[in-house]
Amino acid sequence: MDFNDTPAEAAFRAEARAWLEKNAKPRSSMTPTISGEDLTAEVVKQSQAWQKKKAEAGWACITWPKEYGGRGATPIQNAIWGQEQANFETPPDIFSIGIGMCGPTILTHGTPDQKKRWIPKLVTGEEVWCQLFSEPSAGSDLAGLRTSAVKQGNEWVVNGQKIWTSGAQWCQWGILVVRTDPTVAKHAGLTFFVVDMRSPGIEIRPITQINRGQGFNEVFFTDVRIPDDQRIDAVGNGWAVSITTLMNERMSIGSGMGVGAIEDLVGFASQLEIEGRPALEDRQVRERIAEYIVKARGLKYTSLRTLSALSQGKTPGPEASMSKLVGGILQQHAASFAMELAGASSALLDETAPAAAAWQERYLSLPGLRIAGGTDEILRNIIAERVLGLPPDARADKGLAFKDVPTGPPKRG
Amino acid sequence: MNFDFSDDQKLLQQTARDYLAANSPLSTCREILEGSQPYAASLWKGAAEMGWQGAVVPESFGGAGFGYLELAMIAYEVGRALAPIPFGPSVFVATEALLRHGSAAQQSAWLPKLANGSAIGTFALAEKPGQNAAEAIAATVKDGKLSGTKLPVADGDVANVAIVAAKEGGKTGLYLVDLAGAGIERKPLESFDPSRSQATIRFEGARCEPLAGADATAIARLLDRAAVLTAFEQIGGADRALEITREFIVGRYAFGKPIAANQAIKHRMADLWCEIEIARSNAYYAAWALANEDAELPVAACLARIAASEAFEKTTIEMIEFHGGVGYTWEYDCHLFYRRAKQLAGLLGTPKYWKNQLIDRLRSAKAA
Repeated sequence: MDFNDTPAEAAFRAEARAWLEKNAKPRSSMTPTISGEDLTAEVVKQSQAWQKKKAEAGWACITWPKEYGGRGATPIQNAIWGQEQANFETPPDIFSIGIGMCGPTILTHGTPDQKKRWIPKLVTGEEVWCQLFSEPSAGSDLAGLRTSAVKQGNEWVVNGQKIWTSGAQWCQWGILVVRTDPTVAKHAGLTFFVVDMRSPGIEIRPITQINRGQGFNEVFFTDVRIPDDQRIDAVGNGWAVSITTLMNERMSIGSGMGVGAIEDLVGFASQLEIEGRPALEDRQVRERIAEYIVKARGLKYTSLRTLSALSQGKTPGPEASMSKLVGGILQQHAASFAMELAGASSALLDETAPAAAAWQERYLSLPGLRIAGGTDEILRNIIAERVLGLPPDARADKGLAFKDVPTGPPKRG
Repeated sequence: MNFDFSDDQKLLQQTARDYLAANSPLSTCREILEGSQPYAASLWKGAAEMGWQGAVVPESFGGAGFGYLELAMIAYEVGRALAPIPFGPSVFVATEALLRHGSAAQQSAWLPKLANGSAIGTFALAEKPGQNAAEAIAATVKDGKLSGTKLPVADGDVANVAIVAAKEGGKTGLYLVDLAGAGIERKPLESFDPSRSQATIRFEGARCEPLAGADATAIARLLDRAAVLTAFEQIGGADRALEITREFIVGRYAFGKPIAANQAIKHRMADLWCEIEIARSNAYYAAWALANEDAELPVAACLARIAASEAFEKTTIEMIEFHGGVGYTWEYDCHLFYRRAKQLAGLLGTPKYWKNQLIDRLRSAKAA
């Protein structure tokens, strides 16, 4: 066991840091890390420019194969890069879905032609991607989705509606899972595609969130045509492909929970007063902050253990669900507590109190993160069933063809 | 970077697990809990033959000369087995105190005996109920004679040598006391967890020797080391409690299905698993800091100790709840875990102490 860099790792870290120092500004500790969901064309441009700069210098998607524009780096090197990059101010990341989820899915399940076609432009940031999974009636029960694709000649004709699609209006491509056979059990009738978001018949409508952000959209499909060569993996194998995406999603949301910021609470509580003394001198305040930090550090070291498993050639399994589950609850509670410390000013969300505003912004963002990519309840089911081997929930749709699955209360005569 | 134990360390762990499975099933813990023996003497002897008590003691003193990562693995297995032996107080504290602060004469007098299990060591800090700060103790030393009362002292009834915190000329220090000497009166105490002994020791002019450099700060550092190793013992217990609970809820049927199929139970099991994993990750980091004498050790020890204390206690509370009525019976083993979790959390500073320390230490690390 060694938490220190090997000489080779230290050299890699120095190289990464040197490049970042030349190309970015250091991050100040109170910079909010969660906002920035509200994208504008200007922000998208900045984000693409930063991605291009990294790609040209060989610092984009570094674990991906060299032949597709990556660096062939190890997971440990990727973690080192992530640690170093986190110390710098970088534009909001519009590639977390494309690079965090779509790319790994295509690299795992795509044909060599598909990889050549899409991966290099993902690396350079030229093309932005989104994920078209959830539907109004299929969230936690994703496999119950109803958007359909019917084959006509060499094309598929898609009809239906997707929802919670982040950044759809800025994207060239989307990954899409649809129902191609309603006569078989729900998981067996799904197929996975890549869709051109500029295709005729696609309509995108933004959704306003509780934090006023408009990160999400509804996406409507009316007779949208997708060429068969944009199908990923076999017809009917869409669920297996989707699981690859979802596991990557949980890892990427979990690792982006910003739990490092929890330790900022120590500084925050020493600046505020309770009954004329620094809040941090209050025993209960100290103990509560200590409890949050124990969890945050535990998550950090857990991600390092996951890395070790990766570097030993093991595939991270359902354990990855933990960081999102524990991190989401932790951050929401910590933000709530920080606001409590701020007293009546906790109602303010403006520039007069930038440190407090960062916690308030978090408090408004966190409910979304606890739902996105698998709700707490779904993640607990995954841990209980797949890690602890507890029995699955009883399912009323088990063994039924999808078309026969109940979708609402029975009609009364 | 590598955040896992080595294959050799895992092999050592497996050997320890196999040995304890054969020689310390839960019935061994129960025998001590119910009987009149203060600890499992044959198990203690067997552990010494495996080299556990002397794991980090140099070979020149008859130890195994392993590192702290190996000792952490052994501590984990001792915890998993709820082994009823005075392992923590003797190995994590008394032996450590001698290794770090003992003179050459003190070390050669005691380390060989502690390493081969022929002597049991203990640590006497607390004097009364409540949180006992090293600065606030009343025991005093004058002219090499120790006076005062310590309560409770883990394994104080069976220990041969004690490391005692006392004040001399107003300054806190640690003193080595041969418990066979004169001026020492010990009395076993009824305990919440009778599988582990407790006693009170009254010193009246007992002969003692100071440990060099063991001031209040050094005592805190000594507690850090013991805290990391105890965290492994606690996580071992938590893992085993969760496994036993898992097995029970899968086999127990109600309303025509295993009770484990209910989300009310599944989800709480998932939460417990997360608590234990958080504790494990913090403990791994702390073990690394301990093995490398890293400057992060004071912070890492707090993290490991807080997380492990809470994970073990929470797991044992749910263990009884999920077992239902039988979980509350003397016959079932749930209460062995429930007791041990609380007993270990009370040793060496409660979570309250460690939480306050964590904030202090993070602040001074930041200021430095």
